[in-house]
Amino acid sequence: MLLELKGLSKAFGSIVVAENINLGIDEGAAVGIIGPNGAGKSSLFNLITGELSPDSGSIHLDGHDITSSPPPARCNAGIGRSYQIPHPFETLTVFENLLVGAVYGNGLTEAQATERCGDILERTGLLEKANRVAGSLSLLERKRLEMARALATEPRILLLDEIAGGLTEHECEELVTAISDIHRSGVTVVWIEHVVHALLAAVHHLFVLNFGSIIAEGDPHTVMNSRDVQEIYMGMSD
Amino acid sequence: MLSWIDAILQGVLLGGLYALFAAGLSLMFGIMRLVNLAHGDLIVFAAFIILVIADLLGANIFVATAVTLPIMFAVGFVLQRYLLNRTLGKDILPPLLVTFGISIVIQNGLLETFSADNQRLQAFGIETQSWSLGGGIAVGVMPTLTFASAVIAILALNWIMYRTELGRGFRATSDDPSTAQLMGIDNHKVFAAATGIAFVVITLSALYFGNRAQFDPTIGSFRLLYAFEAVIIGGLGSLWGTLAGGIILGVAQTIGAKINPEWQILAGHVVFLVVLVVRPRGLFPRAVD
Repeated sequence: MLLELKGLSKAFGSIVVAENINLGIDEGAAVGIIGPNGAGKSSLFNLITGELSPDSGSIHLDGHDITSSPPPARCNAGIGRSYQIPHPFETLTVFENLLVGAVYGNGLTEAQATERCGDILERTGLLEKANRVAGSLSLLERKRLEMARALATEPRILLLDEIAGGLTEHECEELVTAISDIHRSGVTVVWIEHVVHALLAAVHHLFVLNFGSIIAEGDPHTVMNSRDVQEIYMGMSD
Repeated sequence: MLSWIDAILQGVLLGGLYALFAAGLSLMFGIMRLVNLAHGDLIVFAAFIILVIADLLGANIFVATAVTLPIMFAVGFVLQRYLLNRTLGKDILPPLLVTFGISIVIQNGLLETFSADNQRLQAFGIETQSWSLGGGIAVGVMPTLTFASAVIAILALNWIMYRTELGRGFRATSDDPSTAQLMGIDNHKVFAAATGIAFVVITLSALYFGNRAQFDPTIGSFRLLYAFEAVIIGGLGSLWGTLAGGIILGVAQTIGAKINPEWQILAGHVVFLVVLVVRPRGLFPRAVD
Protein backbone atom coordinates (compact mmCIF):
# COMPACT_ATOMS: atom_id res chain seq x y z
CA MET A 1 0.00 0.00 0.00
CA LEU A 2 1.55 3.32 -1.07
CA LEU A 3 -0.81 5.72 0.70
CA GLU A 4 -2.97 4.82 3.64
CA LEU A 5 -5.32 7.03 5.64
CA LYS A 6 -6.42 5.61 8.97
CA GLY A 7 -9.40 7.06 10.84
CA LEU A 8 -8.71 10.53 9.48
CA SER A 9 -11.00 13.25 10.83
CA LYS A 10 -11.03 17.02 10.49
CA ALA A 11 -13.64 19.63 11.37
CA PHE A 12 -13.80 23.42 11.30
CA GLY A 13 -16.20 24.09 14.16
CA SER A 14 -19.44 22.36 13.21
CA ILE A 15 -18.35 21.82 9.59
CA VAL A 16 -16.92 18.35 9.18
CA VAL A 17 -14.61 17.98 6.16
CA ALA A 18 -13.30 14.51 7.00
CA GLU A 19 -14.96 11.97 9.26
CA ASN A 20 -13.14 8.79 10.13
CA ILE A 21 -11.78 8.29 6.62
CA ASN A 22 -10.07 4.95 6.02
CA LEU A 23 -8.58 4.71 2.57
CA GLY A 24 -5.79 2.80 0.93
CA ILE A 25 -4.17 3.38 -2.46
CA ASP A 26 -1.82 0.82 -4.01
CA GLU A 27 1.36 1.82 -5.81
CA GLY A 28 0.69 2.28 -9.52
CA ALA A 29 -3.06 2.74 -9.11
CA ALA A 30 -5.17 5.34 -10.90
CA VAL A 31 -7.86 6.41 -8.48
CA GLY A 32 -10.71 8.89 -8.81
CA ILE A 33 -12.54 10.76 -6.07
CA ILE A 34 -15.93 12.32 -6.70
CA GLY A 35 -18.50 14.00 -4.53
CA PRO A 36 -20.70 17.09 -4.42
CA ASN A 37 -19.29 20.53 -3.66
CA GLY A 38 -18.35 20.80 -0.01
CA ALA A 39 -17.98 17.01 0.35
CA GLY A 40 -14.42 17.49 1.64
CA LYS A 41 -12.48 16.40 -1.46
CA SER A 42 -9.97 19.28 -1.61
CA SER A 43 -9.67 19.22 2.19
CA LEU A 44 -8.70 15.56 1.90
CA PHE A 45 -5.85 16.55 -0.44
CA ASN A 46 -4.89 19.35 1.96
CA LEU A 47 -4.67 16.78 4.76
CA ILE A 48 -2.53 14.47 2.63
CA THR A 49 -0.11 17.24 1.58
CA GLY A 50 0.12 18.68 5.09
CA GLU A 51 -1.59 21.98 4.40
CA LEU A 52 -4.15 20.93 7.02
CA SER A 53 -3.49 18.97 10.19
CA PRO A 54 -6.02 16.28 11.09
CA ASP A 55 -7.92 16.38 14.38
CA SER A 56 -7.41 12.63 14.66
CA GLY A 57 -6.21 9.68 12.61
CA SER A 58 -3.00 9.14 10.72
CA ILE A 59 -1.50 9.27 7.22
CA HIS A 60 1.03 6.71 6.05
CA LEU A 61 3.19 6.84 2.93
CA ASP A 62 4.82 3.56 2.04
CA GLY A 63 4.35 2.41 5.62
CA HIS A 64 5.87 5.52 7.20
CA ASP A 65 3.71 7.72 9.40
CA ILE A 66 3.84 11.21 7.87
CA THR A 67 0.96 12.70 9.88
CA SER A 68 3.18 15.24 11.59
CA SER A 69 5.56 15.86 8.68
CA PRO A 70 5.55 19.40 7.26
CA PRO A 71 4.53 19.94 3.59
CA PRO A 72 8.11 20.21 2.21
CA ALA A 73 9.02 16.85 3.78
CA ARG A 74 5.92 15.24 2.25
CA CYS A 75 6.86 16.66 -1.14
CA ASN A 76 10.37 15.23 -0.74
CA ALA A 77 8.83 11.90 0.27
CA GLY A 78 6.98 11.75 -3.06
CA ILE A 79 3.63 13.53 -2.79
CA GLY A 80 2.88 16.01 -5.59
CA ARG A 81 -0.33 17.94 -6.16
CA SER A 82 -2.10 20.37 -8.43
CA TYR A 83 -4.78 22.83 -7.39
CA GLN A 84 -8.34 23.31 -8.62
CA ILE A 85 -7.48 26.97 -9.18
CA PRO A 86 -3.93 26.92 -10.55
CA HIS A 87 -1.27 28.37 -8.27
CA PRO A 88 1.73 28.94 -10.57
CA PHE A 89 4.60 31.11 -9.34
CA GLU A 90 3.35 34.03 -11.40
CA THR A 91 6.58 36.02 -11.77
CA LEU A 92 8.72 33.00 -12.65
CA THR A 93 8.91 31.60 -16.17
CA VAL A 94 7.32 28.25 -16.94
CA PHE A 95 10.76 26.64 -16.95
CA GLU A 96 11.70 28.25 -13.63
CA ASN A 97 8.45 26.97 -12.10
CA LEU A 98 9.55 23.45 -12.97
CA LEU A 99 13.13 24.03 -11.83
CA VAL A 100 11.85 24.99 -8.38
CA GLY A 101 10.02 21.67 -8.14
CA ALA A 102 12.95 19.65 -9.50
CA VAL A 103 15.63 21.27 -7.33
CA TYR A 104 13.78 21.74 -4.05
CA GLY A 105 11.23 18.94 -4.33
CA ASN A 106 13.40 16.31 -5.98
CA GLY A 107 16.87 17.29 -4.77
CA LEU A 108 18.35 17.46 -8.26
CA THR A 109 21.32 19.60 -9.22
CA GLU A 110 20.72 22.50 -11.58
CA ALA A 111 22.11 20.49 -14.53
CA GLN A 112 20.05 17.37 -13.74
CA ALA A 113 16.97 19.51 -13.17
CA THR A 114 17.39 21.32 -16.49
CA GLU A 115 17.41 18.04 -18.41
CA ARG A 116 14.47 16.59 -16.49
CA CYS A 117 12.38 19.75 -16.80
CA GLY A 118 12.96 19.84 -20.55
CA ASP A 119 11.53 16.32 -20.82
CA ILE A 120 8.51 17.18 -18.70
CA LEU A 121 7.80 20.35 -20.70
CA GLU A 122 7.79 18.24 -23.86
CA ARG A 123 5.50 15.60 -22.35
CA THR A 124 3.02 18.19 -21.11
CA GLY A 125 3.03 20.27 -24.29
CA LEU A 126 4.60 23.33 -22.68
CA LEU A 127 7.99 23.31 -24.39
CA GLU A 128 7.19 26.29 -26.60
CA LYS A 129 6.04 28.26 -23.55
CA ALA A 130 9.14 27.49 -21.49
CA ASN A 131 10.37 31.08 -21.32
CA ARG A 132 6.97 32.69 -20.86
CA VAL A 133 6.19 34.22 -17.48
CA ALA A 134 3.67 31.90 -15.81
CA GLY A 135 1.33 34.78 -15.00
CA SER A 136 0.70 35.28 -18.73
CA LEU A 137 -0.52 31.72 -19.46
CA SER A 138 -4.05 30.70 -20.49
CA LEU A 139 -6.17 28.53 -18.18
CA LEU A 140 -5.29 25.29 -20.00
CA GLU A 141 -1.61 26.20 -19.99
CA ARG A 142 -1.77 27.01 -16.28
CA LYS A 143 -3.37 23.65 -15.58
CA ARG A 144 -0.71 21.91 -17.62
CA LEU A 145 1.92 23.85 -15.71
CA GLU A 146 0.40 22.73 -12.39
CA MET A 147 0.73 19.15 -13.50
CA ALA A 148 4.20 19.64 -15.00
CA ARG A 149 5.52 21.35 -11.89
CA ALA A 150 4.18 18.58 -9.69
CA LEU A 151 5.85 16.04 -12.00
CA ALA A 152 9.13 17.92 -11.70
CA THR A 153 9.22 16.92 -8.03
CA GLU A 154 9.18 13.30 -9.33
CA PRO A 155 6.22 12.28 -7.20
CA ARG A 156 5.38 8.71 -6.41
CA ILE A 157 1.78 9.81 -6.01
CA LEU A 158 0.22 12.69 -7.92
CA LEU A 159 -2.88 14.40 -6.51
CA LEU A 160 -4.88 16.20 -9.20
CA ASP A 161 -7.61 18.53 -7.99
CA GLU A 162 -10.35 19.24 -10.56
CA ILE A 163 -7.81 19.79 -13.26
CA ALA A 164 -10.37 19.41 -16.08
CA GLY A 165 -12.70 22.12 -14.77
CA GLY A 166 -13.27 24.98 -17.22
CA LEU A 167 -11.68 23.21 -20.17
CA THR A 168 -13.26 22.57 -23.58
CA GLU A 169 -14.09 19.01 -24.65
CA HIS A 170 -11.01 18.86 -26.84
CA GLU A 171 -8.77 20.22 -24.08
CA CYS A 172 -10.28 17.63 -21.73
CA GLU A 173 -9.37 14.82 -24.12
CA GLU A 174 -5.80 16.11 -24.34
CA LEU A 175 -5.64 16.24 -20.57
CA VAL A 176 -6.92 12.68 -20.14
CA THR A 177 -4.26 11.49 -22.60
CA ALA A 178 -1.56 13.34 -20.68
CA ILE A 179 -2.72 11.97 -17.32
CA SER A 180 -2.94 8.43 -18.69
CA ASP A 181 0.61 8.76 -20.02
CA ILE A 182 1.82 9.92 -16.60
CA HIS A 183 0.09 6.96 -14.97
CA ARG A 184 1.63 4.54 -17.46
CA SER A 185 5.06 5.94 -16.61
CA GLY A 186 4.61 4.51 -13.10
CA VAL A 187 3.18 7.42 -11.14
CA THR A 188 0.24 6.66 -8.86
CA VAL A 189 -2.58 9.07 -9.73
CA VAL A 190 -5.36 10.29 -7.45
CA TRP A 191 -7.76 12.55 -9.31
CA ILE A 192 -10.62 14.62 -7.87
CA GLU A 193 -12.94 15.60 -10.68
CA HIS A 194 -16.44 16.87 -11.45
CA VAL A 195 -16.05 16.15 -15.17
CA VAL A 196 -16.98 12.52 -14.62
CA HIS A 197 -16.56 11.22 -18.18
CA ALA A 198 -12.98 12.51 -18.24
CA LEU A 199 -12.31 10.91 -14.89
CA LEU A 200 -13.76 7.56 -15.89
CA ALA A 201 -11.53 7.49 -18.96
CA ALA A 202 -8.40 7.56 -16.79
CA VAL A 203 -9.04 5.86 -13.44
CA HIS A 204 -9.53 2.24 -12.42
CA HIS A 205 -10.94 2.72 -8.94
CA LEU A 206 -13.38 5.29 -7.61
CA PHE A 207 -14.14 6.72 -4.17
CA VAL A 208 -17.28 8.74 -3.47
CA LEU A 209 -17.10 11.34 -0.73
CA ASN A 210 -20.07 13.05 0.91
CA PHE A 211 -20.07 15.21 4.05
CA GLY A 212 -16.51 14.19 4.77
CA SER A 213 -17.19 10.44 4.63
CA ILE A 214 -16.52 7.79 2.01
CA ILE A 215 -19.93 6.43 1.05
CA ALA A 216 -18.90 4.16 -1.83
CA GLU A 217 -15.84 2.78 -3.55
CA GLY A 218 -14.94 0.25 -6.19
CA ASP A 219 -14.98 -0.21 -9.96
CA PRO A 220 -15.77 3.25 -11.43
CA HIS A 221 -18.68 2.18 -13.63
CA THR A 222 -20.24 0.01 -10.91
CA VAL A 223 -19.92 2.83 -8.39
CA MET A 224 -21.43 5.39 -10.78
CA ASN A 225 -24.40 3.10 -11.41
CA SER A 226 -25.09 2.53 -7.72
CA ARG A 227 -28.32 4.03 -6.43
CA ASP A 228 -26.75 5.98 -3.53
CA VAL A 229 -24.26 7.68 -5.80
CA GLN A 230 -26.85 8.49 -8.43
CA GLU A 231 -29.08 10.03 -5.78
CA ILE A 232 -26.26 12.22 -4.53
CA TYR A 233 -25.11 13.16 -8.01
CA MET A 234 -28.58 13.73 -9.41
CA GLY A 235 -29.36 15.75 -6.34
CA MET A 236 -26.26 17.77 -6.89
CA SER A 237 -27.02 18.24 -10.57
CA ASP A 238 -30.52 19.38 -9.81
CA MET B 1 25.36 76.17 -13.88
CA LEU B 2 28.35 74.09 -12.78
CA SER B 3 27.29 74.42 -9.17
CA TRP B 4 23.90 72.86 -10.08
CA ILE B 5 25.66 70.01 -11.88
CA ASP B 6 27.83 69.58 -8.80
CA ALA B 7 24.73 69.47 -6.58
CA ILE B 8 23.15 66.81 -8.79
CA LEU B 9 26.35 64.76 -8.87
CA GLN B 10 26.72 64.88 -5.09
CA GLY B 11 23.05 63.93 -4.82
CA VAL B 12 23.56 60.89 -7.03
CA LEU B 13 26.48 59.76 -4.86
CA LEU B 14 24.46 60.38 -1.69
CA GLY B 15 21.72 58.31 -3.31
CA GLY B 16 24.10 55.35 -3.28
CA LEU B 17 24.14 55.48 0.53
CA TYR B 18 20.35 55.72 0.68
CA ALA B 19 20.09 52.81 -1.78
CA LEU B 20 22.28 50.73 0.53
CA PHE B 21 20.08 51.72 3.48
CA ALA B 22 17.05 50.67 1.47
CA ALA B 23 18.25 47.51 -0.30
CA GLY B 24 18.08 45.29 2.79
CA LEU B 25 14.66 46.65 3.69
CA SER B 26 13.47 46.10 0.11
CA LEU B 27 14.80 42.54 0.06
CA MET B 28 13.05 41.57 3.27
CA PHE B 29 9.81 43.20 2.20
CA GLY B 30 9.99 41.79 -1.33
CA ILE B 31 10.45 38.19 -0.20
CA MET B 32 8.63 38.01 3.12
CA ARG B 33 6.36 41.07 3.09
CA LEU B 34 8.10 41.84 6.38
CA VAL B 35 8.43 45.52 7.28
CA ASN B 36 11.46 45.69 9.53
CA LEU B 37 11.08 48.67 11.85
CA ALA B 38 14.46 47.85 13.42
CA HIS B 39 16.26 48.33 10.09
CA GLY B 40 17.81 51.68 10.98
CA ASP B 41 18.87 50.48 14.42
CA LEU B 42 20.43 47.39 12.87
CA ILE B 43 22.54 49.69 10.65
CA VAL B 44 23.72 51.49 13.78
CA PHE B 45 24.25 48.14 15.54
CA ALA B 46 26.41 46.93 12.63
CA ALA B 47 28.39 50.19 12.73
CA PHE B 48 29.16 49.58 16.42
CA ILE B 49 30.20 45.99 15.66
CA ILE B 50 32.60 47.28 12.97
CA LEU B 51 33.93 49.82 15.48
CA VAL B 52 34.52 47.17 18.14
CA ILE B 53 36.18 44.74 15.72
CA ALA B 54 38.41 47.49 14.32
CA ASP B 55 39.49 48.29 17.90
CA LEU B 56 39.98 44.67 18.89
CA LEU B 57 41.98 43.72 15.81
CA GLY B 58 43.68 47.07 15.40
CA ALA B 59 42.51 46.84 11.80
CA ASN B 60 41.14 49.47 9.45
CA ILE B 61 37.38 49.69 9.01
CA PHE B 62 37.39 47.84 5.68
CA VAL B 63 39.03 44.78 7.23
CA ALA B 64 36.73 45.11 10.25
CA THR B 65 33.73 45.22 7.90
CA ALA B 66 34.92 42.08 6.12
CA VAL B 67 35.00 40.34 9.50
CA THR B 68 31.60 41.78 10.45
CA LEU B 69 29.83 40.63 7.27
CA PRO B 70 29.61 36.90 8.17
CA ILE B 71 28.81 37.75 11.79
CA MET B 72 25.86 39.89 10.70
CA PHE B 73 24.76 37.21 8.22
CA ALA B 74 24.60 34.76 11.14
CA VAL B 75 22.76 37.30 13.32
CA GLY B 76 20.18 37.84 10.58
CA PHE B 77 19.80 34.12 9.89
CA VAL B 78 19.27 33.24 13.55
CA LEU B 79 16.99 36.22 14.22
CA GLN B 80 14.74 35.27 11.31
CA ARG B 81 14.86 31.51 11.91
CA TYR B 82 14.01 31.59 15.58
CA LEU B 83 12.09 34.83 16.09
CA LEU B 84 10.80 36.67 13.03
CA ASN B 85 9.50 33.54 11.27
CA ARG B 86 7.15 33.05 14.20
CA THR B 87 5.60 36.45 13.55
CA LEU B 88 4.86 35.94 9.84
CA GLY B 89 1.32 35.22 8.70
CA LYS B 90 -1.74 36.93 7.33
CA ASP B 91 -1.68 39.57 10.06
CA ILE B 92 0.98 42.23 9.41
CA LEU B 93 0.86 43.54 12.98
CA PRO B 94 3.03 40.91 14.78
CA PRO B 95 6.20 41.54 12.70
CA LEU B 96 5.74 45.29 13.08
CA LEU B 97 5.43 45.00 16.86
CA VAL B 98 8.31 42.55 17.21
CA THR B 99 10.71 44.56 15.02
CA PHE B 100 9.68 47.70 16.91
CA GLY B 101 10.59 45.84 20.09
CA ILE B 102 13.94 44.79 18.60
CA SER B 103 14.55 48.44 17.73
CA ILE B 104 14.06 49.44 21.38
CA VAL B 105 16.24 46.58 22.63
CA ILE B 106 19.07 47.54 20.24
CA GLN B 107 18.94 51.23 21.12
CA ASN B 108 18.98 50.61 24.86
CA GLY B 109 21.55 47.84 24.62
CA LEU B 110 23.88 50.14 22.66
CA LEU B 111 23.28 53.01 25.09
CA GLU B 112 24.13 50.77 28.05
CA THR B 113 27.25 49.41 26.35
CA PHE B 114 28.64 52.43 24.51
CA SER B 115 26.91 55.41 26.23
CA ALA B 116 25.33 58.20 24.17
CA ASP B 117 28.68 59.49 22.93
CA ASN B 118 29.08 60.15 19.23
CA GLN B 119 31.25 57.68 17.35
CA ARG B 120 32.75 57.59 13.87
CA LEU B 121 34.37 54.98 11.66
CA GLN B 122 37.64 56.57 10.60
CA ALA B 123 39.11 55.44 7.27
CA PHE B 124 42.71 56.63 7.65
CA GLY B 125 42.07 59.89 5.82
CA ILE B 126 40.27 58.56 2.76
CA GLU B 127 37.13 60.40 3.80
CA THR B 128 38.81 63.75 3.06
CA GLN B 129 40.24 62.73 -0.31
CA SER B 130 38.56 63.57 -3.59
CA TRP B 131 39.03 63.53 -7.34
CA SER B 132 38.74 66.78 -9.23
CA LEU B 133 36.62 66.60 -12.38
CA GLY B 134 37.47 70.15 -13.46
CA GLY B 135 35.39 73.30 -13.35
CA GLY B 136 35.43 73.29 -9.58
CA ILE B 137 33.57 69.97 -9.42
CA ALA B 138 35.06 67.21 -7.30
CA VAL B 139 33.83 63.84 -6.13
CA GLY B 140 34.87 62.39 -2.80
CA VAL B 141 36.58 59.02 -2.72
CA MET B 142 34.27 57.61 -0.04
CA PRO B 143 31.02 58.84 -1.67
CA THR B 144 32.21 57.28 -4.95
CA LEU B 145 33.08 54.05 -3.16
CA THR B 146 29.66 54.16 -1.50
CA PHE B 147 27.87 54.55 -4.81
CA ALA B 148 29.96 51.84 -6.46
CA SER B 149 29.24 49.51 -3.52
CA ALA B 150 25.51 50.20 -3.85
CA VAL B 151 25.55 49.33 -7.56
CA ILE B 152 27.64 46.20 -6.93
CA ALA B 153 25.37 45.16 -4.03
CA ILE B 154 22.26 45.53 -6.17
CA LEU B 155 23.89 43.72 -9.09
CA ALA B 156 24.85 40.91 -6.71
CA LEU B 157 21.36 40.75 -5.22
CA ASN B 158 19.84 40.62 -8.70
CA TRP B 159 22.27 37.89 -9.66
CA ILE B 160 21.25 35.89 -6.59
CA MET B 161 17.56 36.49 -7.27
CA TYR B 162 17.56 35.65 -10.98
CA ARG B 163 20.51 33.33 -11.55
CA THR B 164 20.65 31.00 -8.57
CA GLU B 165 18.59 28.19 -7.04
CA LEU B 166 18.32 30.18 -3.84
CA GLY B 167 16.99 33.19 -5.75
CA ARG B 168 14.35 31.09 -7.48
CA GLY B 169 13.39 29.82 -4.03
CA PHE B 170 13.13 33.44 -2.83
CA ARG B 171 10.93 34.44 -5.76
CA ALA B 172 8.74 31.34 -5.57
CA THR B 173 8.22 31.83 -1.85
CA SER B 174 7.50 35.50 -2.42
CA ASP B 175 4.88 34.65 -5.09
CA ASP B 176 3.07 31.94 -3.13
CA PRO B 177 4.51 30.70 0.17
CA SER B 178 1.98 27.87 0.62
CA THR B 179 2.55 26.39 -2.83
CA ALA B 180 6.31 26.83 -2.43
CA GLN B 181 6.17 24.47 0.55
CA LEU B 182 4.41 21.87 -1.59
CA MET B 183 7.33 22.11 -4.01
CA GLY B 184 9.69 21.11 -1.22
CA ILE B 185 10.80 24.59 -0.17
CA ASP B 186 11.26 25.06 3.57
CA ASN B 187 10.03 28.65 3.86
CA HIS B 188 11.63 29.13 7.25
CA LYS B 189 15.10 28.34 5.94
CA VAL B 190 14.61 30.41 2.79
CA PHE B 191 13.42 33.40 4.82
CA ALA B 192 16.37 33.02 7.21
CA ALA B 193 18.79 33.04 4.26
CA ALA B 194 17.08 36.13 2.85
CA THR B 195 17.41 37.97 6.15
CA GLY B 196 21.04 36.89 6.45
CA ILE B 197 21.73 38.43 3.04
CA ALA B 198 19.79 41.56 3.98
CA PHE B 199 22.00 41.87 7.07
CA VAL B 200 25.10 41.69 4.88
CA VAL B 201 23.80 44.70 2.96
CA ILE B 202 22.97 46.39 6.26
CA THR B 203 26.61 45.93 7.29
CA LEU B 204 27.85 47.52 4.06
CA SER B 205 25.57 50.49 4.59
CA ALA B 206 26.81 50.73 8.21
CA LEU B 207 30.41 51.05 6.95
CA TYR B 208 29.67 54.03 4.72
CA PHE B 209 27.12 55.60 7.05
CA GLY B 210 29.52 55.38 10.01
CA ASN B 211 32.31 56.86 7.97
CA ARG B 212 30.25 59.68 6.45
CA ALA B 213 28.90 61.10 9.71
CA GLN B 214 29.01 60.68 13.44
CA PHE B 215 26.56 58.23 14.93
CA ASP B 216 25.16 57.37 18.31
CA PRO B 217 22.86 54.58 19.55
CA THR B 218 19.63 56.49 18.92
CA ILE B 219 20.21 57.71 15.39
CA GLY B 220 18.84 54.62 13.63
CA SER B 221 15.27 55.82 13.22
CA PHE B 222 16.40 58.55 10.79
CA ARG B 223 18.15 55.92 8.63
CA LEU B 224 14.94 53.90 8.67
CA LEU B 225 13.02 56.91 7.38
CA TYR B 226 15.41 57.45 4.46
CA ALA B 227 15.37 53.73 3.69
CA PHE B 228 11.55 53.72 3.64
CA GLU B 229 11.46 56.76 1.41
CA ALA B 230 13.94 55.27 -1.08
CA VAL B 231 12.05 51.96 -1.15
CA ILE B 232 8.66 53.61 -1.65
CA ILE B 233 9.91 56.07 -4.28
CA GLY B 234 11.57 53.24 -6.22
CA GLY B 235 8.71 50.76 -5.88
CA LEU B 236 8.10 48.14 -3.21
CA GLY B 237 10.19 45.04 -3.64
CA SER B 238 12.13 46.30 -6.69
CA LEU B 239 15.92 46.33 -6.19
CA TRP B 240 16.80 48.57 -9.16
CA GLY B 241 13.85 50.74 -8.16
CA THR B 242 15.48 51.03 -4.75
CA LEU B 243 18.67 52.38 -6.33
CA ALA B 244 16.61 54.82 -8.39
CA GLY B 245 14.66 55.78 -5.26
CA GLY B 246 17.87 56.40 -3.35
CA ILE B 247 19.27 58.57 -6.15
CA ILE B 248 16.05 60.58 -6.45
CA LEU B 249 16.02 61.14 -2.69
CA GLY B 250 19.70 62.11 -2.65
CA VAL B 251 19.37 64.50 -5.59
CA ALA B 252 16.24 66.05 -4.08
CA GLN B 253 18.14 66.71 -0.85
CA THR B 254 21.21 68.24 -2.49
CA ILE B 255 19.09 70.38 -4.85
CA GLY B 256 17.00 71.46 -1.85
CA ALA B 257 20.17 72.35 0.02
CA LYS B 258 21.43 74.25 -3.00
CA ILE B 259 18.31 76.40 -3.03
CA ASN B 260 18.33 76.89 0.72
CA PRO B 261 20.53 74.95 3.18
CA GLU B 262 17.54 74.58 5.53
CA TRP B 263 15.54 72.79 2.84
CA GLN B 264 17.83 69.78 2.41
CA ILE B 265 15.85 67.24 4.45
CA LEU B 266 12.52 68.88 3.65
CA ALA B 267 13.10 68.62 -0.12
CA GLY B 268 13.62 64.86 0.17
CA HIS B 269 10.42 64.43 2.17
CA VAL B 270 8.46 66.58 -0.32
CA VAL B 271 9.61 64.48 -3.28
CA PHE B 272 8.70 61.34 -1.34
CA LEU B 273 5.20 62.69 -0.63
CA VAL B 274 4.71 63.72 -4.27
CA VAL B 275 5.65 60.21 -5.46
CA LEU B 276 3.36 58.70 -2.84
CA VAL B 277 0.45 60.79 -4.12
CA VAL B 278 1.13 60.43 -7.86
CA ARG B 279 2.42 56.82 -7.93
CA PRO B 280 1.52 55.12 -4.64
CA ARG B 281 3.21 51.87 -5.74
CA GLY B 282 6.43 53.72 -6.53
CA LEU B 283 8.14 54.49 -9.82
CA PHE B 284 9.27 50.92 -10.62
CA PRO B 285 6.98 48.52 -8.76
CA ARG B 286 7.26 44.75 -9.08
CA ALA B 287 4.87 43.29 -11.66
CA VAL B 288 3.04 41.31 -8.98
CA ASP B 289 2.65 42.38 -5.38
